[in-house]
Order: sequence, then C-alpha cells, then structure tokens
Amino acid sequence: MIRVVLPPHLKGLAHVSGEVQVEVAGPITQRSVVDALEASYPMLCGTIRDHITKQRRPFLRFFACEEDLSHESIDAPLPDEVVSGKEPLLIVGAIAGG
Amino acid sequence: MSRVRVLVGTRKGAFVLSSDGKRERWEVSGPHFAGWEIYHLKGSPADPNRLFASQTSGWFGQIIQRSDDGGKTWTQPGTPPGERTTPEGQPKAESNKFVYDTSAETGKPLTTHQFYDGTQHPWEFKRVWHLEPSLNDPDTVYAGVEDAALFRSNDGGKNWKELSGLRGHGTGPKWQPGAGGMCLHTIVLDPTNPKRIYVAISAAGAFRSDDEGETWKPINRGLKSQYIPSPEAEVGHCVHRIAMHRSKPGLLFMQKHWDVMRSDNAGELWQEVSGNLPTDFGFVIDVHANEPETVYVVPIKSDSEHYPPDGKLRVYRSRTGGNEWEALTKGLPQKDCYVNVLRDAMAVDSLDKCGVYFGTTGGQVYASADAGDNWTPIVRDLPAVLSVEVQTLP
Repeated sequence: MIRVVLPPHLKGLAHVSGEVQVEVAGPITQRSVVDALEASYPMLCGTIRDHITKQRRPFLRFFACEEDLSHESIDAPLPDEVVSGKEPLLIVGAIAGG
Repeated sequence: MSRVRVLVGTRKGAFVLSSDGKRERWEVSGPHFAGWEIYHLKGSPADPNRLFASQTSGWFGQIIQRSDDGGKTWTQPGTPPGERTTPEGQPKAESNKFVYDTSAETGKPLTTHQFYDGTQHPWEFKRVWHLEPSLNDPDTVYAGVEDAALFRSNDGGKNWKELSGLRGHGTGPKWQPGAGGMCLHTIVLDPTNPKRIYVAISAAGAFRSDDEGETWKPINRGLKSQYIPSPEAEVGHCVHRIAMHRSKPGLLFMQKHWDVMRSDNAGELWQEVSGNLPTDFGFVIDVHANEPETVYVVPIKSDSEHYPPDGKLRVYRSRTGGNEWEALTKGLPQKDCYVNVLRDAMAVDSLDKCGVYFGTTGGQVYASADAGDNWTPIVRDLPAVLSVEVQTLP
C-alpha cells in the first residue's frame, strides 16, 4: 500500500483525518498514485490535477523523502521508501493567501 | 408559523441562519466547508430542502456540494453506481467537472474572448459564481461561471453541460473581464415562461434566451457606459446585478457599474432610474417580495474606494420603481463604516411583511423584518460575505 498525506482542505473533502493508503497496480509513479487516489476518492478528481489535461494544479506540490518531486516526470518511479511504504507521498498546498 | 432560512456564502465557508417568521431570534449553523470560498448557495424552489453550493479554491479548484436536508448534511452529487463508499465509508462522488463545449457542431467558434490588453485570450474555467436552481425541477440547476459561460445540470448537480449558444451567439470575442474577472454572475428565470432566461456578465452585459438557453441575444439597448465609444454598443457593459419580481417578469431592474436602470419590456430597452441616489454605483439590487415597484440598492463610492459614501451604510429604497429613493438607516452604522456589499449578497423573503437581508465584506449579515424600515445584525463577525439567499419555509 502507498501512503499519501493530503493537504487539510482535501482531507475534509475526502472525509479522512489522517494519512490515506491506496493500492497501486504496476509502476509506482505520481500518475499511478493519483489515479489510485482518485479511484478510491472520486471527490478529489479535479482538485489535485486538471480533469482533462491531468496537469498538476499550479498551487500544489508533490514531496517525498524531503525532496520536491513536483517537476519530475509524472511517470518517473517514486522513491523506494514510498514504494515500500516507509515514507508517504506528500501532496502539499502552497503556503500563500489569507 | 412560517420560517426563514438565510444561506450565507463567505470567503471561509458557508453558514445557515434560521429563524421563525418573527425573525427576531436566530440559530447559526456553520461554518460548512470551513476554509473554502463559498461563492454562492441557493435552495431549490421545487424542493426547499435541496440546496446547492459552489465551493471553490484557488488551490483546489471547483466543487459542487448538495444538501437534501436543508443544509444539515452535504455531499458532492454523483455517486458512481455499484461503488457506494470510500474506504472510510463516505459516499463516493464527483461533481466538479465544468468543460467548455468544443464540439465540432456547436463549439468551434468559441475559442477566445478579449483580454485586458485587447488581445484575444482562450476561455479558461475558474469557478462557479452563481447557482440558480430550476423553479420546477429539483434536479435541474444552472451555473454561471468564470470565464463567462452558462452550464446546466439535469441530474442534481452530477453532470454539467454548457449551454454554448450563449458564448457562440456572435459577440463572445468582444467580451472582456471586469476587475473581478469575466464572470457570469446573474441568472434570472422567468416564472411565467419556462423558456425565458436572463443572464448578466461582467463586463459584457445582459443577455436573454427565449428557448431554454439554446439561443441568446444581447439586451443592452439604453445602457450607457463610460469609455465605450459607441452609445449603442451591443456589449461591453459592466452589469453588476439584475432583479425581477415574480408577478411582473417583464419588469427588470439593473444595478450597473454606474447607473441604476429599469426595463419594462424584458430588457429590450433600458432607462436610467438613479434619480436622487447619492451615488449610482453599487453591486446589489433586489425587489420587494410583494410590491413589484419597490426596489432596494446599496450605493457604494467608486471607482477607487468601494465603500459606502461618508462612512454611512445606507440601503436606499424606491417605492416608485426608481428615480425617487429614500435612505434606510435605522440600525445600520452611520459612521466609520467602510464595508462593501457584493453583488450576490442581498435577498428578500416572501412573508407578508417582506424581510430584506444583506451581507457585507466586514462579515455582518443585516436583516429587516419590516421591508427595510429597521435593521438588526443577525451575525456580526463572519468572514467576508460573498452571497446571501433566503428561503421562506412553511
């Protein structure tokens, strides 16, 4: 299982309080994890990436293992620690605004 | 005894304010969707317990929420068949997909509008400004969006389809954004003619459809706007709000960027009725529930300031359909008040003694249970109020 930490607004939308865990078939990448996340929590569709283009929304970032993965290819393998479940994939909202 | 339910959208959540028909004591429920901007929420006239809400965020995009129990609980419409719940047991749902029509049949000419610098710019969906439930069908609801377009759902908010005849009728490439973006913020349904719909767009103008939204025409004749060279300009007007009385659907009132206007012929021609207002700039306008010629506005100082003149928050009422206006001040702050009242933030109930309600960017929601003669704040310290709607319940 892949561990994912959502930003607080999306935790509220998905009605979860802590981390979520999703089962991902095949290579573990940003795309496959978000695919699995949206399959389990369809209310998140469109909130992390665009419905049509699948581009990450501008004010969201992907982090794992203290690294910013936001500009990696969405099909690049995620770190082994994320694949093994030792570390979560962090979906982080930009700290900006009021 | 009748009850009223006031639905308040704010910068940081939604609130539901409830009272009996006396409108003296209020229960406050909320914040719902804490931390999210709630541009608008409104109840279905066909099923008052069905409410729709536009939940939006610059970070996370657009969500549509629906309540079927008068605002106690909310879900995103659209549970996929056969998959009832998330791993935590919550209903699965998805309702935030607003995609402009780009089909070969109807969408091809709808590619660009005029941008701030005069160049052509692609339409980009940003948010839902206004939700207007059908008068007769609880599953049908219209959404006015930024960049300006009109969508309709016929399945309770699950799926949305653009009524692309509006953007495609011919003037779309001339539309341009106002300071708040290029938003379709007003949708008015004619209670006597189910095929007739009015919308208003900043900064394009007012438009009318007489065939349930398939085809549209601009209805801006008589409007005069600064810096628009042609006084007969078909579009380009910054309409802020249109209001109509149910018993006289051909009579419309408009608060334009500047000027308060009326039309007696369903928008075919407008005439100015600003009369003795201290300033004819403002955002809200509404009509008394039982008196179709009694109109309310809140004058605001502009263009730069956007707060009440002289620091005095005053609602102005005309009992003559415009031109002659009286200031209503009892219970409203008459010094040091510098809030704004945004375009969707005034509403009336339909009790015998008409109640009038408005919200401010300072977080107050004021109510008058006597048609505006006296005002009391229901709440004083909400986040900035974006919208106010009222339901009159049995």
